Amino acid sequence: MVEPILKVSGLVKRFGGLTATDNLSLDVRPGEIHALIGPNGAGKSTLIGQLVGEITPDAGSVMFLGHDVTRASVPARVKLGLGRSFQIVQLLDEETALANVALAVQAHAGHSFRFWRRADADERLLAPARALLDQVDFPPARRAARVADMSAGERKVLELAMVLAGGPRLLLLDEPMAGLGAGESIRMTDTLRALKGGPAMLLVEHDMEAVFALADRITVLVYGRAIATGTAEEIRANPAVQEAYLAEEGA
Amino acid sequence: MREKIALALLFAAAVALPLIMRALDLPGGTGVATSILCLAFAASSLNLILGHGGMISFGHAAYYGIGAYTVGILWEHFRQQEPIFGLIPGTDQLLITLPAAMLTAGLAAAVIGALSLRTSGVQFIMITLAFAQMLFFLFVGLKAYGGDDGMTIRRRNAVPGLDLRDVDQLYWLVLGLLCAWLFLQWRIVGSRFGRVLEGIRQNERRMRAIGISPYPYKLAAFVIAGMGAGAAGALMANYMRFVSPDIMSWQKSGEIMVVVILGGIGTLLGPVLGAIALQGLEFFLGGITEHWAIILGPILVLVVLFGRGGIMALIRRLLGVRHG
Repeated sequence: MVEPILKVSGLVKRFGGLTATDNLSLDVRPGEIHALIGPNGAGKSTLIGQLVGEITPDAGSVMFLGHDVTRASVPARVKLGLGRSFQIVQLLDEETALANVALAVQAHAGHSFRFWRRADADERLLAPARALLDQVDFPPARRAARVADMSAGERKVLELAMVLAGGPRLLLLDEPMAGLGAGESIRMTDTLRALKGGPAMLLVEHDMEAVFALADRITVLVYGRAIATGTAEEIRANPAVQEAYLAEEGA
Repeated sequence: MREKIALALLFAAAVALPLIMRALDLPGGTGVATSILCLAFAASSLNLILGHGGMISFGHAAYYGIGAYTVGILWEHFRQQEPIFGLIPGTDQLLITLPAAMLTAGLAAAVIGALSLRTSGVQFIMITLAFAQMLFFLFVGLKAYGGDDGMTIRRRNAVPGLDLRDVDQLYWLVLGLLCAWLFLQWRIVGSRFGRVLEGIRQNERRMRAIGISPYPYKLAAFVIAGMGAGAAGALMANYMRFVSPDIMSWQKSGEIMVVVILGGIGTLLGPVLGAIALQGLEFFLGGITEHWAIILGPILVLVVLFGRGGIMALIRRLLGVRHG
């Protein structure tokens, strides 16, 4: 068997009396799209927080590319090759699309303790930034627009371009379809499918159509516990999953 | 283009100011202008961290004061021909006192910044204020250097080829150094470092997610800003030929911050215009009534509430410039 890119073992996180992550184990293999689904309050956000490094777990470990990153900072994990998108997009609102991506490129091009040369006309940053915007199909006419003037869909796509800077090995995508219209969702699904074979992805998503269209494997989270992992068919057929999740959605 | 012409005119007027003052028979004018430039220098250095880095430091006068005291203390030991701690000889050479002031203020900013930048938000504001107050009371207690009463620097520092006893020459020196600082800051803001700083101000979480730890960048900016304030303080001490703890009081920190906000936060020339406007308002309103602060206060409140972007934004609107 192939060594997984991300290996989560026995992860526990408690908030007071509430166990948000309950002895959770999970792995993501190279190149796969692994979807994480579960009803509201299942602990998806808490789990993502621990994988990214914003929340420190109480027990268990997170191994990423063979490194124990359980207690590593967010930037340290990103430097190792972790890319994450946010449920609510986090961008530099006063900057243009190109400037946002150029800064992400810069962040992966060594330290930024360079005080003299102008950065906003540096082709070593702008050329890769344009290539990333091409890769996610960000319309060229909108690249000089400031984030504050962009639609929700444009922001999601722009954030994906930033996540891809530096060539991440694993993408943690926190609800990439949230806030998108039907047409935008389909395009985002196509964009993610086009990335397949590159970075592995852990996809947290409520949009079941997108999940079943993209995911190689699905893990179902209920009350902080992974109750099932398997292919789309296995998950659909799993009675526990149906009871806990799909029935509630009315599927 | 309009902006460049306006800038050139402003610079020409600034250079010609001592001659204009003499022609108008206003001998005190050049001195007042020198003190305004020193305030602008300090405010500009605060603008680097406040306007570009989003760090609301409410203790920036501390570094201004340390710069001024460096000049004063070195002068005092030069006068008495007695080395500091028996090791460091005093001096009256600006080519030594100015870098020494920047170094000392930079060191203080490194220590204070290293501790303060572990916090954020209101805590950061309060901790920078607390450190500045600590330094204020330290200098109040330092009787050897005048304590509460401050100390007089009988003669301005010497610079080869210049005579700073001549107010005009001091003014031009301060103007030249301020321009050099503004040029340096303009380069820094446009550099990779400056981009990161801007990013940190706008969204720290986003910066971490692209792999950047904000702390070392914030600290570096904090130290650079401290050094700038130190230089400003060294020049101010030379102009006034006097240093007292008042120069690092919390009111002075507030004044420096008001200058930045009034002039236009995050703009290159905003602090300069802010310093001119604040001192001008004080002078003008002071001529009308001794209770000028009652009028100045509401004006500042109105600027903060309605004049977003301060004087710079107003000028841009008048010149029809959108960005830049």
